[in-house]
Amino acid sequence: MVRSPQSPVLSIHGLIKDVGPLSSLDGKMLRVVSGVSLVAERGQVTALLGANGAGKTTTLECAQGLQKRSGGTISLLGQDPATAGADLRARVGVMLQDGGLPPSARPLPLLRHIAGLYARPWPVEDLVGRLGIDAFSRTGVRRLSGGQKQRLALAAALIGRPEVLFLDEPSAGLDPQSRQLVFDLIAELRDSGMGIILTTHLMDDAQRLADYVYIIDGGRNVAEGTVQELLQRNPGADQGAEHVRTLVFEAPPGLDLSRVLPDGVDVSEPRAGSYTVTGTLTPGHLSALAQWWDQQGIMPASMSLQARSLEDVFLDISGKDIR
Amino acid sequence: MSPAATQQTQQPASLLRRVLLQGKYEALTMLRNGEQLILAVVLPLLALVGLTVTPFLDGMGSSRINVAVPGILALCAMSTAFTGQGIATGFDRRYGVLRFLSTTPLGRGGLIAGKVLSVLAVLCLQVVVVGAVAMALGWKPVAAGWLPGLALLALGAAAFTALGLLVAGTVRPEATLAITNLLWILLGAMGGIVIPAERLPAAAQAVVHFLPSGALGESMRAAFLGGALNGGAALILLLWTVIAGAAAIRWFKWN
Repeated sequence: MVRSPQSPVLSIHGLIKDVGPLSSLDGKMLRVVSGVSLVAERGQVTALLGANGAGKTTTLECAQGLQKRSGGTISLLGQDPATAGADLRARVGVMLQDGGLPPSARPLPLLRHIAGLYARPWPVEDLVGRLGIDAFSRTGVRRLSGGQKQRLALAAALIGRPEVLFLDEPSAGLDPQSRQLVFDLIAELRDSGMGIILTTHLMDDAQRLADYVYIIDGGRNVAEGTVQELLQRNPGADQGAEHVRTLVFEAPPGLDLSRVLPDGVDVSEPRAGSYTVTGTLTPGHLSALAQWWDQQGIMPASMSLQARSLEDVFLDISGKDIR
Repeated sequence: MSPAATQQTQQPASLLRRVLLQGKYEALTMLRNGEQLILAVVLPLLALVGLTVTPFLDGMGSSRINVAVPGILALCAMSTAFTGQGIATGFDRRYGVLRFLSTTPLGRGGLIAGKVLSVLAVLCLQVVVVGAVAMALGWKPVAAGWLPGLALLALGAAAFTALGLLVAGTVRPEATLAITNLLWILLGAMGGIVIPAERLPAAAQAVVHFLPSGALGESMRAAFLGGALNGGAALILLLWTVIAGAAAIRWFKWN
């Protein structure tokens, strides 16, 4: 995908953030973000992917004007968020990681109140219906489930019909139904032209939602691209091939597959009876395997073929477990 | 077409509207909270009745209740501005409410203005309720006392709001809860707010004049008992407002 060069909603260049002085560091400052750069476009979902503590939230909070940056430049809709006023804040929606909702509030009056801060808010009843909040619109926030709170926080971020939407870990605490609802809405908002910037430590979120991914590790950019680009650019440790896939199947334990499958694919049996074949798999491999099963009279209990995942890419790049 | 798709650039509501909305929202939140209501109305009324049936204030003015009510109104200001607003702000800070609202068009300035407005709104209701009960019990304020009295009450509310925000913005909410409640009891009993400094132990008297509680209590009594403006006490309140306000701006942590 080509990144359009004109008028990104957000561009960050060489962001630096120091915190402290910290007594745990003998009164020294700790650099939590050291040179993050990124660009987010209208009509796209841009994901910041990284492990906990990578600097994603700090980067976002500098862009939202919640934290003062120590260095670098940030342009949000053409303005510096550190000095911008209510005019800019009216065009930007923010969903914080911890929600930021008062526990004693009830959802509907709270959303009505926030809507009043904008000249042309999203009609509250419509938004409440879209996110399924009407089912708990008069229940106190402290009694809501994690998923309900998350949907309410999303509604609070959207009530001003923003041009730019920041979502910090949007799928945290969501059950599968809520997750589908939220993801569908995010896709629709993206298609209507909103620029959406989200952080996540979940590969699946990035793979399902993101048009463009920045992988952040240790307060720096370590890789970027569309999901497809990242998958192809980092094709695995040694194969150098374009389409690495994994075949997983379950069959009687202790099978010797080395004579069935040629060199170049890697076979392992991580658990007894569960086999993993990784490499540049072709239809020929599958055919050879099926013929051999036929000769041996083996019917696998299950089998699945998986493309290389973003998680594999992340592990290759950072050497860290992200979950 | 999705309601999200807006052809025009979104604008904030006017500053005045944003602050009024936030003030209304916070005032209603405070009035719905049972503990806050006890602190804001029930305890001051109990103190009022207590002071009218006991001889603590005898000989200080025209009648027990005339001496008691100005101090009780000052106590109301301390309840709402210091303890009530301090605790609410401390927990809002814990739950990220302050951070979220500061990303909306309200912003940090609007949030603080809304808090001050909500304190003044609740204080107006307290003056009406306490004033009505007091008049039913025979309170006869000097007519010339209303103007300086209400102005001083607003100044006192500003000083105590600044102090409440200073505590709420610098320590954990549980500590804010403890500190503001404890100080409410200590200043209420010994701070010269309802019981005039002359009736306190000699050691306390010198200090009490310089406390915001003592300055507010004294100047309220001067206004409603004699129709006078106590300039010295007003200056002390103003200094507390400026110093605590500057300290809150300097040290308030939003997260």
